[in-house]
Amino acid sequence: MTQTKDIPALLKRRAQLYSDVRHFFAQRKVMEVQTPVLSHAAPTAPYLDSFTTVFQQGSQQTPLYLHTSPEFAMKRLLAAGSGPIFQMCPVFRNGEAGRLHSPEFTMLEWYRPGFALTDLIDEVDALLQKLLSTSSARRLSYQQAFHECLSIDVMACDTDSLRQLALANIPGLTPDWQNDRAGWLELLMSEVIEPTFKAYETPVMVYDFPASQAQLAKTYQNNDGVEVAARFEVYAGGLELANGYDELLDAAELADRFAKDNLQRQQQGLPVMPVDPHLLTAMQTGLPECSGVALGLDRLLMLISESHHLADISPIPFTEA
Amino acid sequence: MLDGDPCSIIENEFVKPGKGQAFNRVKYRNLKNGRVNERTFKSNESVESADVVEMELEYSYNDGEFWHFMDPTSFEQFAADANAISEAKDWLKEQYSYTVTLWNGTPLLVTPPNFVNLTVTETDPGVRGDTSGGGGKPAVLETGAVVRVPLFIEIGEVLRVDTRSASYVERAKS
Repeated sequence: MTQTKDIPALLKRRAQLYSDVRHFFAQRKVMEVQTPVLSHAAPTAPYLDSFTTVFQQGSQQTPLYLHTSPEFAMKRLLAAGSGPIFQMCPVFRNGEAGRLHSPEFTMLEWYRPGFALTDLIDEVDALLQKLLSTSSARRLSYQQAFHECLSIDVMACDTDSLRQLALANIPGLTPDWQNDRAGWLELLMSEVIEPTFKAYETPVMVYDFPASQAQLAKTYQNNDGVEVAARFEVYAGGLELANGYDELLDAAELADRFAKDNLQRQQQGLPVMPVDPHLLTAMQTGLPECSGVALGLDRLLMLISESHHLADISPIPFTEA
Repeated sequence: MLDGDPCSIIENEFVKPGKGQAFNRVKYRNLKNGRVNERTFKSNESVESADVVEMELEYSYNDGEFWHFMDPTSFEQFAADANAISEAKDWLKEQYSYTVTLWNGTPLLVTPPNFVNLTVTETDPGVRGDTSGGGGKPAVLETGAVVRVPLFIEIGEVLRVDTRSASYVERAKS
């Protein structure tokens, strides 16, 4: 950590990455856009903590939020007829700092009208093959991932069995740990299953998440008749790299999910977040059928540079910003 | 404080799975028994902080059961037991300064300085003229520690020793 960084080399590598990304999307006729960083609304997800600030005009004070992802704004552009778009921008998440987290980081987010989720998975795969000089990603369903690693049918498994599995497989977890079903699933995924992905030379893409973890993805019935989320996650070199959805189009359903999130926030003593009315209006007007994905560019740069700490690839890391 | 024992954090990794609740994977050393363990905490969890301080103390003497240290400014005395002394045992020299970790005023851990100068009390006769250092031989130092030294080292010489690896560095400059 004390070794001096080759800052010009870091700058060049980052500039090259941005240029490669732009080239990739230019070839595919996806347009680069820019959306506001400051917003009157914020995501409601209970474990997503937005930075807040205050816009002061005379005696009037308006609370504003730094975006945690450009998702809402980009969806408004899609509803307005933008066609396929991408954006690279800084995003902000409060309370997240560590080896693999920085409260300010760079997101590459893109949306593809008319793309089914598998089309987008193919595109992410193509981008990673190009940027990481790797071969095609391994693809498996959430259910398969749990079955391969823990020999369970995760969709049928009850919460107490998940708890037992977590306690048995995660060192340092104490029996007094409180969690709901989704919490145990997240814990098993990140602490038991994800580490096994490191063994693969190629990126790993996991799709068909439990419907409870749909976030802003559509849900549908898979071949076994189980309701799952049309969502995928990309892992590479032991890092969680990207999260993609077949985007939910139903404004009423979205409003309902926001309300449920805010209720959970209230129960946990967290602030209730203002929902973006423009997004809901835009969705009522008609968000085209589309798939979208958000990818952490700094982590991608870590993989390209074979480094193990975000600070190592940041010319000015958060702690020194 | 974990399970009633004072602990020091060695590693603390922030983990945020997907869109789920964040937690911290903490690797810690139990300062009473020296064992390293792992524990997972929710990121907003807090634990009682231990009243642990580190002091630079001078080693005075061993009474057979306890090793006595003194604060050179206040002359306050502290008695460390065999457990606390285990890492420093081979490197204790009177009037030398050691880092002592105290919990509620009791020594938990005595850490020797990284380098100490010690006199050779026992070794095979030196091979004159051989300054290559090749091969080497064992030498017993005044504290009882045994380190490998080059063949030219003689009894009575003072050596600079790295306590972390228990290895010879060089002849001490007098």
